Amino acid sequence: MATKTKKTKGATTGTRVALTGNDAVAEAWRQINPDVVAAYPITPQTELMHKFASFVSDGLVDTKFVLVESEHSAMSCVIGASAAGCRCATATCANGLALMWEMVYIAASLRLPISMAVVNRALSGPINIHCDHSDSMGARDAGWVQLFSENVQEAYDNAVQAFKIAENPDVLLPVMVTLDGFILSHTTEVLDLLPDDVVRDFQGEYKPDIKLLDPAHPITMGPLDLPDYYFEHKRQQVEAMEHVPAVVTDVAQQFEDLTGRKYEFIERYRLDDAKVAILILGSSAGTVKAVVDMLREEGKPVGMVKMRMFRPFPVEELADALSGMDAVAVFDRSASFGAMGGPVYIETLAALYGKDVPFISCIYGLGGRDLTPGMIRPVFEDLLKGKTEPRVRYIGVRE
Amino acid sequence: MSKLKGWKEVPRGGNILKAGSAQEYETGSWRTFRPIHIEENCINCLRCWIYCPDSAILLKDGKVVGMNYTYCKGCGICAHECPAKEKAIKMVREDEYEGG
Repeated sequence: MATKTKKTKGATTGTRVALTGNDAVAEAWRQINPDVVAAYPITPQTELMHKFASFVSDGLVDTKFVLVESEHSAMSCVIGASAAGCRCATATCANGLALMWEMVYIAASLRLPISMAVVNRALSGPINIHCDHSDSMGARDAGWVQLFSENVQEAYDNAVQAFKIAENPDVLLPVMVTLDGFILSHTTEVLDLLPDDVVRDFQGEYKPDIKLLDPAHPITMGPLDLPDYYFEHKRQQVEAMEHVPAVVTDVAQQFEDLTGRKYEFIERYRLDDAKVAILILGSSAGTVKAVVDMLREEGKPVGMVKMRMFRPFPVEELADALSGMDAVAVFDRSASFGAMGGPVYIETLAALYGKDVPFISCIYGLGGRDLTPGMIRPVFEDLLKGKTEPRVRYIGVRE
Repeated sequence: MSKLKGWKEVPRGGNILKAGSAQEYETGSWRTFRPIHIEENCINCLRCWIYCPDSAILLKDGKVVGMNYTYCKGCGICAHECPAKEKAIKMVREDEYEGG
């Protein structure tokens, strides 16, 4: 048997630096050196593109940087460039994502492996520039892979992994990496960067199997697709999404071999002997972990599940993690008006169908409202007491 | 109609991977009105041939000899553009058309 040398986990020493979330994602893109980046500024995404624009001006990347007149044009631009065979990225949030809506769906249905950073911000109105997840949650049916980040390190790590997931021939779908507006985008944290050459080797060269700029093999992209074939192409999109979990796992394994940092669809925090748990996404997971630690000190069997991958929805992993619980609270940083709770709550409930676990929906943090340990603790205490009414709660709103 | 392919057989995302494939799409079935060429009125100006969006006007030795009904959608542009005093193309409803 041939021997294969495997790199020792975490053997690649990077640089330990202090960066904001926006700077960290820009740094990942500097290392990846995409062919085309298009952007229109919107708070709190603006600094990400400021930083990347400075890399372009300083000649640190070969990227064609296109300043467009709207987010609709930003997405249209990277769709065109991606169809031409380029590796492309853009970034936006909130109303910017809403304005590019039409093209967000088209990027996915054309099966273009674009990477987009969404710096989560509340959708207007009333107008608000602070964090919640109403922007990317609204795009949950658009056909993009969605990876959420708890801290700046994860935002960088997800940005490094995004292209590799998107460009896999079994996937060929765009990937959205989210980071909480201001909380991560504008907060300086310490993180480890990989060396440039390691990131570039990790990405590899992007070699699309078909592209528009290939005169020897003329093709058409985006033609009219009538009732006789549209459904077949949507079925292909479903299949591509079904290939994502295996690819995300494979990319995460390669990443872990390089860095020692482990990424799964969900993170289980002190869950093994927990009787109740909170499920949450994004930066608030860090706050919940602190509360879990406090309650554990008091001997209370509490745990947490953090969802890293929201699309595709990790049904089996959630069912496995939560099915033995006495009660679970699902925290949503967005409201789904007229629905029976937050969007993550509804899907988690469906994933646990038939498992007989009582669930409550906790809507929190809209428009950047802080979620403090003092708000989380009573939820855990109610879960421990078996108090699951009211079923839908609004954490931190004034009555 | 040609046999339709399943989702595993078609190129992803609606991409069309070869040029000229519109030839395989027989649009003649769309037709409600059929253009009839009246040879004795025709001045062979070839305006119908220039304007036809489906290249369905048949020529032989530079003269109009009929229509390709496999592709003709029956849009009527040819009849509209015909400059002859007595129109050389008339549109007839398919359900009223008798014989060839």
